[in-house]
Amino acid sequence: MPISAFLTDASVCIGCKACEVACKEWNHIPDDGFEWSGQSYDNTHALGASTWRHVLFLEEKQPMGPQLAGIEEPFRWQFLSDVCKHCENAGCLEACPTGAIIRTEVESVYVQNDVCNGCGYCVVSCPFGVVDKNHEVGTAFKCTFCYDRQRDGLMPACAKACPTQSIRFGELEELRQEAQVRVKELQDRGYNDAQIYDPTGSSVGGTHAIFVILGQPEAYNFPPAPEVPTIHMKSAWSAALVSALVVVLVVCLAFVL
Amino acid sequence: MTHYTNASIILPEEFKDTEDLGGVFSGWDAKDRRYDGSSWLYGACVQGGRVAPRDAGPHSGHCKDGAGAAADLGECECDPTLSHPRCVYQVVKRHYARYTPELVERFCGVPRERFLKIAETFCSASGPEKTGAICYALGWTQQSKGPQIIRAAAILQMLLGNIGRPGGGILALRGHASIQGSTDIPTLYDILPGYLPMPNLGLNSHNLADYVATYRDPTGWWWNFDKYIVSLLKAYYGEGAKKENDWGFNWLPRVTGDHSHQGYFLEMLDDKVEGLFVMGQNPAVAGPNSRLERKALSKLKWLVVRDLVELETASFWYDSPEVERGELRPEEIATEVFLLPAAGHAEKDGCFTNTQRLLQWHQKAVDPPGDARNETWFMYHLGRRLKEKAKQDPRPRNAGLSALTWDYSLEGTMQEPKVEEVLQEINGYAVADHTLVSGFNELKADGSTACGCWIYSGVFPRPGENRANQRNSQDLWGHGWGFAWPADRRILYNRASARPDGRPWSERKKLVWWNEQNKEWTGLDVPDFTRTKAPNYQPPKHAQGDEALAGDKPFILHPDGTAWIFAPKGLADGPLPTHYEGLEAPVSNPLYPDQPSNPAAMRDERPENRYASSPDERFPCVMSTYRLTEHHTSGAMSRMLPHLAELQPEFFCEISPELASERGIENGGWVTLMTPRGIVEARALVTRRMRPLLINGKMVHQVGVPYHWGYRGLVKGDSANDLVALSEEPNVRIMEAKGILCDVAPGRRARGKAALDQWNAHLRRK
Repeated sequence: MPISAFLTDASVCIGCKACEVACKEWNHIPDDGFEWSGQSYDNTHALGASTWRHVLFLEEKQPMGPQLAGIEEPFRWQFLSDVCKHCENAGCLEACPTGAIIRTEVESVYVQNDVCNGCGYCVVSCPFGVVDKNHEVGTAFKCTFCYDRQRDGLMPACAKACPTQSIRFGELEELRQEAQVRVKELQDRGYNDAQIYDPTGSSVGGTHAIFVILGQPEAYNFPPAPEVPTIHMKSAWSAALVSALVVVLVVCLAFVL
Repeated sequence: MTHYTNASIILPEEFKDTEDLGGVFSGWDAKDRRYDGSSWLYGACVQGGRVAPRDAGPHSGHCKDGAGAAADLGECECDPTLSHPRCVYQVVKRHYARYTPELVERFCGVPRERFLKIAETFCSASGPEKTGAICYALGWTQQSKGPQIIRAAAILQMLLGNIGRPGGGILALRGHASIQGSTDIPTLYDILPGYLPMPNLGLNSHNLADYVATYRDPTGWWWNFDKYIVSLLKAYYGEGAKKENDWGFNWLPRVTGDHSHQGYFLEMLDDKVEGLFVMGQNPAVAGPNSRLERKALSKLKWLVVRDLVELETASFWYDSPEVERGELRPEEIATEVFLLPAAGHAEKDGCFTNTQRLLQWHQKAVDPPGDARNETWFMYHLGRRLKEKAKQDPRPRNAGLSALTWDYSLEGTMQEPKVEEVLQEINGYAVADHTLVSGFNELKADGSTACGCWIYSGVFPRPGENRANQRNSQDLWGHGWGFAWPADRRILYNRASARPDGRPWSERKKLVWWNEQNKEWTGLDVPDFTRTKAPNYQPPKHAQGDEALAGDKPFILHPDGTAWIFAPKGLADGPLPTHYEGLEAPVSNPLYPDQPSNPAAMRDERPENRYASSPDERFPCVMSTYRLTEHHTSGAMSRMLPHLAELQPEFFCEISPELASERGIENGGWVTLMTPRGIVEARALVTRRMRPLLINGKMVHQVGVPYHWGYRGLVKGDSANDLVALSEEPNVRIMEAKGILCDVAPGRRARGKAALDQWNAHLRRK
């Protein structure tokens, strides 16, 4: 099976939030309450149990590519639709004790709510802060990559609704190449800080949702080097083993001496 | 420019520019505050005297060329060298000589370098190999001189050669799905379908012959005017429309005054309107000076509201701010409100026309719930019942109603009229055997054809061939997808995409051209030109209609076949765009101190609709209303839906960090906004996106105010339109909602009646 992936391009996002609405409509997700944030046009705040696409609004004192350079004080308004990364090595999946979180045939990471026992280990194990527990329902929720739609040969609702093709859906390696072409095109046009966010070098081993961004990943709440918590398992277990041996040794010595 | 525009026309000596008369053009009547435009006509001097203007009554900016026929243009002289001091080119050059980058910087607050960079960039998109387009939205139109701003863009595009060519043009970004459609087949009071003028009471419209003589042009495409109006009357009145009764012309209602939205709400406030139908509109939130409009609603005897939910317009009598403040008392309001549930767009068949003039059919996906019905159902069955009543009462006033054709077939359990039959009627048919016509060239003035809207003719040329429903795009221009009026031409005036001799300007930008071998126009689009008229065609003397236009005149709807840099006809406020400030402004007009704002605009000033002076110390900030992506206009369709309401849950205004620190306002805090019309409170969004402007040495703060909230729905808030004045631009009667004066104070407004006291105290401040 090909690996399904998203390529989300901040340089063409217009901040319309059609992806957020399409996602909620298709997946029957409830609203998050009617709370105004005062943070640009972002009243969604963050990804969560009932927000599987989140459009981030970034007001930055940075020049917008080559536009009017040197004439006015630099300023740009950036938008980006964030989503579950469907990591190659998924922290949530590895932490799940019940097997509720599985990898599907399109290589996406899927939470089976009827199996989930609501322990919340996945919530703390996600390096991107994506997975969240719905405390009313008692189980964990996150983007399903519209698994039901994909099974029927349809693209995910967010990609379908995106009016500017900022959200592209396709095969991972093809999208990786497209992202490179896009970044080069942007750089040639004077957007020198265009780059791909796809942390292949870290322990997550790359993601199935990659991004074209302008500026640094931190500005978009992306960790520059995300780590899967399970990489610390070996050292943690070794330390535990050593401690246990020491305790046993001390106890034995107590009898001997 | 010399071939395709009127740059070379020599204007009469009688014409005087704003530069000569201190801010008004010749013909200004200061008493009546309107223009007599006869000195703007080309030929006024050549004919040895002024052409007597033919008064066509109240001015309409929506119809074919405004009020009156362009026939009055008269004979004219040209100077192809463009050097004659009175030729349009030289007049325009003098008119704009004082509009320098320095003036732009000083009075618009746009830095000189920035202006020059934009100007240079845009001007580089011109010439045989390049074109540039101008897109605009309501920031340009909702002003006391909106159409003139768009005219300025048109002049620019004419000078750059960017009209009628691929990638050129001026594109209106509309605020709704079918705003274009609602002017083509109008929801406006002053035009009939296809931009035919609505007849005015008593003026050149006693009978059809007078009306046709007034509006038909002897030269150019509008020579066919009589065919279109007679075919329309045949579509309306069927067999009842006969030659003897002027095809039923006198059954058409007459325009007796200003029946625009603003006009009729003022009349309503003055107890002159008995009842009102409101369909798909929410004036209690979206109307300018919505406080005034809500009070006006309370003067009605009856009000019918058809919408998806009970919106503010239907509930004003028990939960509006005026009720809370004691200005309106429910027990004293005699308005009987009928709320009828309407169907949404996915619950009905129909057609949208977008800004590219593209008709796109949409199919009903589901039946509307419960008693909800679509508009076609409502209008059809209302008409049917009225016609049945009229049958019992054969008074002459009912003759037109009785004659109306009303014979659509009904389908389904809901007895919905078949909407495709309406589209067929719009397309037109031969009266004798009801054969559909293939286009407007088949329409006749002898009553043998009927057509509901001539410009749409061809959309349904044969039974079963609904071209609005085409979904097979075959080329870059989208032919095969939908139907672009007229005649599926994707780019209007596309004859201008070829040189005067008929060859394309360039290979890269070719669109239509003259094929010398076949002796016809051909190309990638449907030519907007008579197919066999050669580029070197010269009209014989006294030719009429399209035959009177030479082979190098692409603008066939104009009687002279040229694009009008100088508009001799059609505008109520002058032949050239001129700088005026808004009706309220933080500065006086630097060019014409005696004419601060558009002199022909109507302020409709009265106690309920007061204005600030320009400038006004009580109201130092400049506000503009606008919309957010997350909501739809008054919010009636979006504030009720949780997935949209949560995205923009509260009324806020946007201010700069400078204004925030000057007034002690914190991001996320509350502010009170006041104008001479009203008082509202909003949350403050402090953002660098808003910037103060340095205007004539003075720091002027801007306030951005989205207008989606009202007193009902999942998310509520005060309405920004309480702040806007009800004013009327003279051509199309739109209000000024951009660049009006306001004040911003930290903190919430007072509750109840105390809010009025707070507001009045501010108004009394010196």
